[in-house]
Amino acid sequence: MWESRQDTEPAQRKAPHRWAAPPRPAWEEEPSKAGLAGKGLALTIACLAVVFPLWIVIVTSLSSRKTIDEAGGLVMVPKGITFIAYRELLNGGQVTRAAIISILVTLVGTLFSMAVSVLCAYGLSRVGSLAHRWILMVLLATMFFSAGLIPTYLLVQSLGLTDSYLALILPSALSVFNILVLRSFFMGISQELIDAARIDGAGDFRVLWQIVMPLSRAVLAVITLFYAVGYWSAWFNASLYLNDQDMMPLQNVMIQLVQRQEAPVGLSQAIRTGQLSGLAIQMAVMVMALLPVAVLSPFVQKHFKKGMLTGAVKG
Amino acid sequence: MSHSTVPRSSAEAGTPVKTPVTSVDVTGARKEQGSGKLSLRLRFRRDRVLILMTLPAVLLVLVFNYLPILGNVVAFQDYDPYISDNGIVSILHSPFVGLENFQRIFEDSAFWNAVQNTLVLFIIQLVLFFPIPVLLALLINSVVRPRVRAVAQAVLYLPHFFSWVLVIAVFQQMFGGAGMLSQLLRQNGYDGLDIMTNPDTFAYLITAQSVWKDAGWGIIVFLAALASVPQDHYEAAAMDGAGRWRRMWHVTLPALRPVIALLLVLRVGDALTVGFEQILLQRDGVGTNAGEVLDTFVWWNGVRNQDFGYAAAAGLIKGVVSIGLVLAANKIAHLMGEQGVYEK
Repeated sequence: MWESRQDTEPAQRKAPHRWAAPPRPAWEEEPSKAGLAGKGLALTIACLAVVFPLWIVIVTSLSSRKTIDEAGGLVMVPKGITFIAYRELLNGGQVTRAAIISILVTLVGTLFSMAVSVLCAYGLSRVGSLAHRWILMVLLATMFFSAGLIPTYLLVQSLGLTDSYLALILPSALSVFNILVLRSFFMGISQELIDAARIDGAGDFRVLWQIVMPLSRAVLAVITLFYAVGYWSAWFNASLYLNDQDMMPLQNVMIQLVQRQEAPVGLSQAIRTGQLSGLAIQMAVMVMALLPVAVLSPFVQKHFKKGMLTGAVKG
Repeated sequence: MSHSTVPRSSAEAGTPVKTPVTSVDVTGARKEQGSGKLSLRLRFRRDRVLILMTLPAVLLVLVFNYLPILGNVVAFQDYDPYISDNGIVSILHSPFVGLENFQRIFEDSAFWNAVQNTLVLFIIQLVLFFPIPVLLALLINSVVRPRVRAVAQAVLYLPHFFSWVLVIAVFQQMFGGAGMLSQLLRQNGYDGLDIMTNPDTFAYLITAQSVWKDAGWGIIVFLAALASVPQDHYEAAAMDGAGRWRRMWHVTLPALRPVIALLLVLRVGDALTVGFEQILLQRDGVGTNAGEVLDTFVWWNGVRNQDFGYAAAAGLIKGVVSIGLVLAANKIAHLMGEQGVYEK
C-alpha cells in the first residue's frame, strides 16, 4: 500500500528511460492489441528475413565437419564451435592474399576518392566563384549518360591499366552524387565563420582543413563509408581488367568459391582428408566479406538520413 | 544558383586584389548584386585556388566519363582488336563500315530477346519492388518506441552494404539446390528444389534479391518525408473526427505522394538498367533465354566474344535510348512541379 502511494508521487517517479515510448498525443487513440501484435509480427518477419540467413552463414562457418554432416548441410543451432575454417583460410593461401588485396585497395581507393571529392566539393561550394557553374555542369552531366562498357574497356586497356591495381581504383574513383552531398553540406556552413578565418589570413586549403572539415565530420563519415563499401564490394573491374589470378580481390575469389564451387588453391587437400567441410570454407569466406561492412555501418548509421537528403534531389 | 559576379567572400576586400565593392554585407556575399563586376582576370586570380581544387575531379571525369564517348566510333567500325595491343591505335586503323553493326543487331534475335528480358524485368521490379519500401516506411514510422525503431532500421539498412556477390551467395545457400530450403524439403521426404537455376522464375528471383538488398535502404527517403509532416495536421484531422486510417489516407499518404511520384519517374528514366552485376553473376545459371539483358548482351559480345564493334553498337543504342528516357523523365518531373535530378 505504502509503496504504491509512493509511486504516484511525481517527485518520486523515475525519469523515463531514454528508450521508453514518448507520451502519446491526447488526440491519438490507444493502439489496439491486434494492431500492435500485427505490427510487431510484420516488423519481426522483416528483420528476421535479414538476420536469419546471416545467422546460418555465420554458424555454419563456425561448425565442425561433424556438425555439418549431422545437420545434413547448413547448421542452424551452434554446436561445438570451431575456427578451423578461418584458420585454414588465413593460412597464407589464396584467400589470405585476396583479403589483403581487398583491404589495401579499399584503403588506398577510399583515401584517394575522399581527397579528390572533398577538394572538388569545397571548390564548388563557394558559389559565385569563377567557372563554378561550368564545372558543376560538367560533373552533373555524367549522371545522365554513361559512355558504355566497351569504349570504357578499350580506354582503360589503352591507358595500360590492365593487370594493374590502378584499374580497380581510377575508373570508378568518383561518384558525382557523393560530391554533391558533400558540396551541399559545405554550403550550409556559416559564411561568417569562413570569412572570419579568411580575415585572419587563412587560405582556401587552410579553411577547408581547419574549419570546414571538422564541422562536417558526420557527412564525411557517411561518404567515406559509401566509398569504402564501393571498393570493398567491387568485383567487376577486377574481372575485366585483371588476368592474373593471384591479383584477384576477395569478392572475385568468393565468386569462384561459392558460386562455381571451386575449392581454393591449397585447401582442397584439407577438405579431401576430411577434417574440413567445404561448406564451412564457403561460409567463412562469406563472413569475411560481410564482416567489415556489418561492423562499420551501424556506427555511421545515424547520419545516413542527413547525408542522403542534403544531396539527394538537388542540383 | 546565382550568376553572381561579386566577390565570393567579403574578406576578399582585404586582399591585395582591389575589389570595387564598397559595401558587402557578409551574409549577402552570395546574393546577386548590381555593382561589383570584376574582370575575368581578377576573378581568375581570386578563385584560382578553388579552380585548382576541382581540377583532379574534373580530370578524372574528363578521362573516364567523357573521353570514352569518343570510343563509341567503334560501333561504326569493323573493329579489329589484334591490329595493336593499344585500343586507341586499333580504333585509328580499323575500317569504317557505316551502319552495318546496327543492321546486324536489329536482325539478331538474341538482341531482341535481351530487350524483352530487360523490359519484363523492369516491369516486374517496378510492380513488386516499388511498393515495399513505402509500406516498410509506414510500418516503421508508426512504431513509437525509439529503441525498436533504431534496431529495426539498423537491421533493414544492413543488406544495402553487402556486395552483390555476397547477396547472391546468401540466396544460393538459402534457396539453391544444396541450400537450406532443399535441405529442409529433403529431410521431410520431398524432392529438393533449385530456385537459383530456374529460368521460369528468374525475374522473380532477381526482384526478391533486390528487395532483400535494397528495400530497407529505400525507406530512408520516405521516412524523411513522413518526419516532415506537421503534427498539427494530424491533430486537426483527429479533431474533425478522422480515425487512424482516415488520417493515414488524408494526411500521411498525401505527404508521401510527391516523393513516390518523383522516384517512380526517375526509375522509369533508368528502365533499361535492371541490375547488371546481379544478373551477370547469375546469367550462366539460368541460360541466356531468361538471363540475358541489354547490359549482359553488350558484355558477352564485347568482352567475351571480342566482337567490339557489334557490342559497342548495342551499348550505344542502349545509351541513346536511356538518355532520352532520363531527359523525358526529368521533363515529367518538372511538369509535376518537382525538382527532378537537375534544375530547370
